[in-house]
Amino acid sequence: MKRLALAALLATTALPALAEKVFVSNERGNTVTVLDAASWEVLDEFAAGNRPRGITLSPDGKLLYVCASDDDLVRVFDTETYQELYTLPSGPDPELFVLHPSGNPLYIANEDDNLVTVVDTESHTVLAEVPVGVEPEGMGISADSRWVVNTSETTNMAHFIDTEDYEIKHNILVDQRPRYAEFTADGKWLFVTSEIGGTVSVIDMTGEAPTLTQKIGFEVSGVLPEWLQPVGAKATSDGNWLFVALGPANRVAVINIQTMEVEKYILVGQRVWQLAFTPDEKFLVTTNGNSNDVTIIDVEAQEAIRSVQVGQQPWGAVVTPE
Amino acid sequence: MRNFAIMLALGMCALLVGAPAVAVEMRSAVFRIDYPRLAPISRFDVVPEDLGFAGAVLATEDNMTTGSFLGHSYEIETVSVPPEGADAAFKALVEAGHEVIVVLARDEDLLRLSDIAGEGVLILNATAQGVALRDAECRANTLHIAPSDAMKADAVAQFAVWKKWPEWLMIHGSNPADLALAEAYRRAAAKFGAQIVEEREFEDTGGARRTDSGHVLVQRQIPVATQGAEDHDIVVAADASDYFAPYLPFHLWTPAPVMGSSGLRPVTFHASQEAWGATQFQTRFEELAGRYVREEDYNTWLALRVIGEAVTRASTGEVAALREYLLSDEFEVAAFKGVPVTFRPWNGQLRQPILLFDGRITASVSPQDGFLHQVSPLDTLGLDEPESACTAFGG
Repeated sequence: MKRLALAALLATTALPALAEKVFVSNERGNTVTVLDAASWEVLDEFAAGNRPRGITLSPDGKLLYVCASDDDLVRVFDTETYQELYTLPSGPDPELFVLHPSGNPLYIANEDDNLVTVVDTESHTVLAEVPVGVEPEGMGISADSRWVVNTSETTNMAHFIDTEDYEIKHNILVDQRPRYAEFTADGKWLFVTSEIGGTVSVIDMTGEAPTLTQKIGFEVSGVLPEWLQPVGAKATSDGNWLFVALGPANRVAVINIQTMEVEKYILVGQRVWQLAFTPDEKFLVTTNGNSNDVTIIDVEAQEAIRSVQVGQQPWGAVVTPE
Repeated sequence: MRNFAIMLALGMCALLVGAPAVAVEMRSAVFRIDYPRLAPISRFDVVPEDLGFAGAVLATEDNMTTGSFLGHSYEIETVSVPPEGADAAFKALVEAGHEVIVVLARDEDLLRLSDIAGEGVLILNATAQGVALRDAECRANTLHIAPSDAMKADAVAQFAVWKKWPEWLMIHGSNPADLALAEAYRRAAAKFGAQIVEEREFEDTGGARRTDSGHVLVQRQIPVATQGAEDHDIVVAADASDYFAPYLPFHLWTPAPVMGSSGLRPVTFHASQEAWGATQFQTRFEELAGRYVREEDYNTWLALRVIGEAVTRASTGEVAALREYLLSDEFEVAAFKGVPVTFRPWNGQLRQPILLFDGRITASVSPQDGFLHQVSPLDTLGLDEPESACTAFGG
């Protein structure tokens, strides 16, 4: 989730309040692990339905949304009590979703049905189903909320869905198996990761229509090129840095958004999948599916500072706002 | 190889909806020869009517979905014929203007059809596994989606060597295809440092596949047939005709894992494969076909996905341009195997990982860790460029 730079500034001057919590979905363990975002201690682990993957929070941090892929629905939990409050219809096999910055609606990728489902989080009803390419996966929303972008893994496109009328207005071909879509907060750029293609497509959002300007590749000595598989990605809200999880390469790449050059690779746990910033963007949490842990990266130092064991096959992560 | 920060031409905006560069109408055919065959040893292997064709329909649906965003459309025609009618039916397809044809046929028939087709037609081989077709008998108009016997044998050999099970007892059949497969295992053993300590032939004497209480005889015969062999770690079965290999596990004189034509089998795909997003492929296929996917379906699906991907990227339906694109460094496609699959430009063989299937789950995937190659780890499987006698691709 994008945090405004202003909020981040305020946070650093505010008195210490209750520490934020990190929620990690464990795909194989069917649980969510809760970490304290100050001490990085595990606070709790609770059952979250079958095959929990995509995970996000309401803007006020009170509601936790989890894609329970094998239950074909979204489960909603109270972030204080960890009780399940209700479920939302999602269409079959929900994997990833993105919440409108206002908290409503929720846009869900249905991997099995070539659809993006739009769900009203208050009335708990389906507002629209948008047909997209084969195997929809990644979901992103532009800072001005005008565009929801879905990536389709077998069609290999980024589909630009207009949030006014739920119509697709643009499609851009990217490399094989696009997994994740991340907009910068300033609305200038959209980044789409391609797992099998091994690249990040850079899409300029400032013109009349979105335009693919370049693709960023990766190279790590001693790692087979086939293992450099970009999956999750997060951009800092100042628009300077993009962090990209490289899956089985066990590294997070750090891209300078000003130059679009990869400046660093940070070694983390095994099969690094998704990423989440703390609200102040001091830390980045990575989920490492094959080592059952999360790695905490110091964002400014661009270094991994520690790893914490969580449940089985951690998939996604989200951190509560202040 | 990854290209670094390639600046793309302005032409990319032509790929936006409403402004397709060219509206391609892609027609492809799937041509299957139905050979007379005995009933399979296992009822699980009864051949469905729509073998391969179901994969073609799924690929066409997948291609159509992508095409709908680009203004491209896809059409397929499926033809199945007995061997005696094959040449005439194939000529009729070519004369009807089909330029992209997926063929499901045996080695010798595929080779003859490739020559009948001539230049201007692109053939995609979905089933023939003979090494010669990728070697001295390669044809410029034929790309091989199916892996060769050598690729599959190498996949097994790498796993056995990784397990440190280097001593093999090989039991092979007596038909020509069985002998060719046995030769692939001999080469694989030599290539990866395993040793075939003894070979035995299990003669095909014909006879019915189904008898009441057939297992009683099998239980007596197989132990005797495998008695007194040299010390070995595993048994490699080379039974392309599928008449004895399934009887080997549990009936051997000396207990040992069986690999090859039964036990741990090298396959391109199977119905329980779920990794790398394959679950979605399986559910799409089962919804469409009402049955589990088979290798022939997957290979045909992949053949047409390869064509769809080339049409999408190269924005053309022209067969020479498609062939050139497929054999270029630009081409790659995701095939639910964790790495992109590409073509060997020197013999038209699709590079791909091979799944090692125990009948229920994927036990492993080759190439195995530690087997390296200067071009791609995938080229540790099968015939490599320096040893290939294929010249049709300009090599």
